[in-house]
Amino acid sequence: MSCVSFTRAGRRVSGRCAIALLGASLAGCHYALLDPHGPIGRQEKLILINSTVVMLAIVIPVIIATLAFAWWFRAGNPRATRYPDWAYSGRIEFVVWAIPALVILFLGGVAWISSHDLDPPKPIESSVAPLEVEVVALDWKWLFIYPDAGIASVNRLVLPVGTPVRFQMTSAGVMNSFFIPQLGSQLYTMAGMDTRLNLMVDDPGTYHGLSAQFSGDGFSDMTFDVAAVSRQDFELWLDSARTGGGNLDAAAYATLMQPSRADPQRTWGTVSAGIFDAILAHPGAAPTASQIEHTDTAD
Amino acid sequence: MLGKLTWAAIPIDQPIPLVTSIVMIAVIAAILALVTFKRWWPYLWNEWITSTDHKRLGVMYMLLGLVMLVRGFADALMMRAQLALAQGSATGFLPPEHYDQIFSAHGTIMIFFVAMPFVIGLMNFAVPLQLGVRDVAFPVLNSVSFWLTASGVLLVNLSLFIGEFARTGWLVYPPLSELAYSPGVGVDYYLWSLQISGLGTLLTGINFTTTILKMRAPGMSYMRMPVFCWTALASNLLIVAAFPILTASFALLLLDRYCGFHFFTPDLGGNPMMYINLIWAWGHPEVYILMLPAFGVFSEVISTFSGKPLFGYHSMVVATMAICVLSFMVWLHHFFTMGAGADVNGFFGIATMIIAVPTGVKIFNWLFTMYGGSIRFTTPIYYSIGFMATFGIGGLTGVLMAIPPADFVLHNSLFLIAHFHNVIIGGVVFGIMAGYTYWFPKAFGFTLDETLGKAVFWCWFIGFILAFTPMYALGLMGATRRMQHYADPSWQPYMIVAFAGALLIFAGIGLTVVQLGWSIHTRDRRRVPMGDPWNGRTLEWGTPSPPPPWNFAVEPHVQGIDAFWAVKTRNQELHKIAESRYEAGHRPHYETIHMPKGSSTGFITAFFAVFLGFGLIWHIWWMAILAGIACIGVLLRQAWDTDREMLISAEQLEDFDRRHPSLGAQR
Repeated sequence: MSCVSFTRAGRRVSGRCAIALLGASLAGCHYALLDPHGPIGRQEKLILINSTVVMLAIVIPVIIATLAFAWWFRAGNPRATRYPDWAYSGRIEFVVWAIPALVILFLGGVAWISSHDLDPPKPIESSVAPLEVEVVALDWKWLFIYPDAGIASVNRLVLPVGTPVRFQMTSAGVMNSFFIPQLGSQLYTMAGMDTRLNLMVDDPGTYHGLSAQFSGDGFSDMTFDVAAVSRQDFELWLDSARTGGGNLDAAAYATLMQPSRADPQRTWGTVSAGIFDAILAHPGAAPTASQIEHTDTAD
Repeated sequence: MLGKLTWAAIPIDQPIPLVTSIVMIAVIAAILALVTFKRWWPYLWNEWITSTDHKRLGVMYMLLGLVMLVRGFADALMMRAQLALAQGSATGFLPPEHYDQIFSAHGTIMIFFVAMPFVIGLMNFAVPLQLGVRDVAFPVLNSVSFWLTASGVLLVNLSLFIGEFARTGWLVYPPLSELAYSPGVGVDYYLWSLQISGLGTLLTGINFTTTILKMRAPGMSYMRMPVFCWTALASNLLIVAAFPILTASFALLLLDRYCGFHFFTPDLGGNPMMYINLIWAWGHPEVYILMLPAFGVFSEVISTFSGKPLFGYHSMVVATMAICVLSFMVWLHHFFTMGAGADVNGFFGIATMIIAVPTGVKIFNWLFTMYGGSIRFTTPIYYSIGFMATFGIGGLTGVLMAIPPADFVLHNSLFLIAHFHNVIIGGVVFGIMAGYTYWFPKAFGFTLDETLGKAVFWCWFIGFILAFTPMYALGLMGATRRMQHYADPSWQPYMIVAFAGALLIFAGIGLTVVQLGWSIHTRDRRRVPMGDPWNGRTLEWGTPSPPPPWNFAVEPHVQGIDAFWAVKTRNQELHKIAESRYEAGHRPHYETIHMPKGSSTGFITAFFAVFLGFGLIWHIWWMAILAGIACIGVLLRQAWDTDREMLISAEQLEDFDRRHPSLGAQR
């Protein structure tokens, strides 16, 4: 919230001066990816900045050299020395292959190591026991199931701070991508498949979540709020959610599955056990009650 | 009788497509009326529509690209205007159902029907001339290719006022593009128009690969080919290897949609991930199919206007072919976020980055081509320098996103959109504009207006920076692509700046048309009588402008790189020789040659292909069957047509050369 007020204040002071606006934005305050609130996002921010700086060390001199060479060797410059037949130099060739190769050698190392360190299914090391959350992408809303607490929520994800979260994700139909920019990595949700993502949030607050993969006409409203709260508040929220909202069973899910846009946030106090596995096993249609029971006992 | 087609397909209730359709129909009717009134039909039919001359086909490809650029850019303007407006509770002026068609059409049109025709048009025009040959390997097939592309264009435009276009994004990912989620004809329009034009592109690839491998002037070994020909070879090899993948993937999706198969459905054993892998196995090489010929143009332009041979020719060739091969090994970087695992992601991340090495080498070699040169600041060199200055940033952001965890936060964001527009506008479009300005006098015998040309450059350059720098920023703020509205008020100023940038580019496109009109109007004072306005280095500049249908009356004999430059250097008093070249001792030896006749096969095949596509899209089976039979019939008739060549006598050749002097005619 402070971000927005900062910009507004900036605008008031400077009138409608575009430069001040640019200054305000460069302060980094609403750059979600540069303002991470979890370990995954923080490491990714570091990769973004370090790699950019390393490459700029090459790119900026090349841009300057391009403009400088073009200007100095312009046809009308009497002071420039011309080499009209100069077309080869083994030393220069060696250097021009070596410079990009060395940079890529370095960045290739970064890519290999970081793609292992930050592989989405890799658990986050922590002394705190992880929280399991099952995610179902629906047209066009997000269903979050907390299997241990036995509750479910639409378009609102409540997470305890400092706790690793293990997302198990699927889709009821088309592809989506589950993404909370300030926490880090996104991952596709696909029908009939489960993808696994590990994230953690460090600071209390409300974060923006969205689908980053176009999924049809209601896509732009497929956003959700992430409320990061203390452990105690999280338990309180679970308790309050358990007290009402009905049961998410096959019938309720069949209704929920119907395409809809900009759904209000709501919760279910109980969830039919095994519903996530049934959705996973029967993509494209709402699973029946017997299918849900079947997958539950199968587990 | 008419399948799924009813009056409901006409968008009476949607003012934007309706008005656009009416305007388009009016413009087409006006052009047809003008042609009829002026009695231009015989000329158009004989000299252009049935032409098998690679130069004329090249010109028609460029014209097609320009028309579709206006269409595709209108989509871009609507998208940018929508996002400049639709913040918070504002809904903008495009509902999602319409907006989704617009961004899908924008991507499809810009890649398949703007960039591809432009690049293929430049190759058509320049490659045979640079190789020193009289035409491509299969001239009739070349005409078939062009007209099939035009059929695809027509079908895409028909979707504007009969039915709808795809609402799925430009690569129609299943399951969204499956019948269950896209029951309308939009995806079918997409698939059939690209199947038809894709066949044309594949035939072009075969044609040019054969031409470059088998039909070079005597003495032109591979390592003496101009670099543009090398890049064209790489590009066409990629077409031959990649377009069948596209056709096959679309065929599988069509089976899903038409015959109830389950290749890519989420249930019954289908797997959408397979489609996404296949489409990018085509899609990434496609990037280089467009990019490599643009690199070739920059090589020609920078060398010519620096008055120097290209620095590090061998390196450039190696780099080109390295990119050609590597481009097939990186497709997975388009979906690191699918969860393939660390080893796979790491491998494709590194493979992607490796492409930056030969690309970086190219940039350095252009830099050293300029070093020690004597650079003339013409419009093409503006584009080349603009390209070199901006491409580094596009390459940087590309390598950045090749690091899988960086892609985990940047994937599908506006940062990605900014990246690929950075490389496609700064690379492909600038290359096309440079090539267009560079070869225009060769094609028509007069130059384009330089002042207006530079104005066009500045519009593109500044407009592109204004439009896409904010998108880099928006991507870092977490803004994703393809959204129709957004909540965050701090994004809106950036969206407005991006819209302003798009308007500036639009002004540039308008000025391109003005420049063309003005240059034609003032052509008498911008003639290039000897055909070599830029002091060129490669064989095309040794022919008259415009070149005769046979390009070279006498086959050139090549003794090195920059063959025409060598001729000019050898003859220090060239103009004197040119004037006296019909005197004894300088008279070239003319012989009777064979040239391909014009052919209506391409046009008629494509004419029926439109009905074939339309019938299939709307399930009008009788139309599809009849048109399909007609297409095959026309092609078969061609196969048994033995009267395909005409003779050009030695006297005709000599007479033409006498009336149209050029610097390369004597040696």
